[in-house]
Amino acid sequence: MFKTKKFVKMALVSAMAAIFLAGCGGDKTSTDSSKDVLAQIKEDKKVVFGVKHDTRLFGLKNPSTGEVEGFDIDLSKALAEEIFGKDVKSEFVEVTSKTRVGLLNNGKVDAVVATMTITEERKKEVDFTDVYFDAGQSLLVKKGSKIQSIDDLKKDTKVLAVKGSTSSINIREKAPETTVLEFENYAEAFTALKAGKGDALTTDDSILYGMAEEDPSFELVGGTFTEEPYGIAVKKGNTELVDELNKALKSLKDSGKYDEIKDKWIKN
Amino acid sequence: MLDFSILTTNMDSFLEGLKITIIASLIALLGSFILGTLLAVMRIAPFKPLNWLGTAYVEFIRNIPVLVIVFFAYLAGNFGGMTAGTIGLTIYTAAFIAEAIRAGIMSVPRGQMEAARSTGLTYGQAMRMVILPQAIKIVIPPLGNQFINLVKNSSLLAVVAGGDLMYQGDLISAKTYVTFDTYVFVALFYLILTIPLSLGVGYLEKRLARSH
Repeated sequence: MFKTKKFVKMALVSAMAAIFLAGCGGDKTSTDSSKDVLAQIKEDKKVVFGVKHDTRLFGLKNPSTGEVEGFDIDLSKALAEEIFGKDVKSEFVEVTSKTRVGLLNNGKVDAVVATMTITEERKKEVDFTDVYFDAGQSLLVKKGSKIQSIDDLKKDTKVLAVKGSTSSINIREKAPETTVLEFENYAEAFTALKAGKGDALTTDDSILYGMAEEDPSFELVGGTFTEEPYGIAVKKGNTELVDELNKALKSLKDSGKYDEIKDKWIKN
Repeated sequence: MLDFSILTTNMDSFLEGLKITIIASLIALLGSFILGTLLAVMRIAPFKPLNWLGTAYVEFIRNIPVLVIVFFAYLAGNFGGMTAGTIGLTIYTAAFIAEAIRAGIMSVPRGQMEAARSTGLTYGQAMRMVILPQAIKIVIPPLGNQFINLVKNSSLLAVVAGGDLMYQGDLISAKTYVTFDTYVFVALFYLILTIPLSLGVGYLEKRLARSH
């Protein structure tokens, strides 16, 4: 009896010690591993893009084929081919707004092409390419809702957003009185909106159009109230990779390939 | 080293989350204990339809992931995230508590029930006054484990915007990008809750063993 007690105490103490040690260790690796991503891509002959799996039009996993489809995916493939030619394989890994910076920093993905807005705050954490898509934050409501613009968001309204997105930060600034509920991803946030858990869902108009297309009983209201320039993020310090991506992006735009991809997905 | 500025600058959020985690856990603890005891009694009652009902509940709920139950509670009912999460936790934990208590009741010798009934007590009275008090002692350790699990499972409130510790951690890590350290602090806050619970259960166990 007493022996087992002692054992339990020992186990508790060592568990806590392990947590602290892991805390220190985890920190070190995230700052230490500064290997050049571009060189690594060429060596492995594969480039891993972090994309959304739950965002219609940009990155959505098609359940019948198992393939991820959307603007971000097609653009990533075109960029990879432009930079590396045919012999580097493009792979896609799911990221969410919450996980994308972490996955970039620990080397699980080489570049994030996931409806990611360029902000000053994020520039401290990652490096961005030039803008590849211009979006703006808007509101999605049930048709006939009393909410018609951001000014209608008052104390007793609930706005749904996604954890880690710029829109969740923006909405707190633009409508400080309203309650913001944050979910794991867009699919869950939209499900919550459909179940009546909130009065409006806020994020970039480009994403909201995809939702309105899926369920026409919802509509965008009030236009856009922020500018959300999307950029491709790479791990901090990889300027060479950023340059390559920018060059490729420019030549895709010049050749008309960019517009071709854009028109395929974004109809508005 | 750990980035303690994450803790100090976001203390309000952490404490708010801790408060909600404690409240949700306490309510679910009480609710699942009552519901679980009821289910356990149903499963051993000398009335077949009650047995079936109790067994169906336990087998059904126990074999669905708690995350799914929390989602159902959130989307099906007209509740906020915290309420729905607490209801989901109660429903889920009750199934396990029912099993722990049933095992406890079964381990009380048959003669106890027979003796109690022969003194003129009804089945319900015998259960309440003779069997359950003895069974409780046996079930304290497994119940303690269920309650510790309950506190940890309450982190599922985060997926339905329940505002608990895990939810606050998600928001802080999203805001600061200091993901790892944030969750280390979240883990420590959970330990503040679960370690005393764990030690308390050990103490109770010892006390009850002495009085036996």
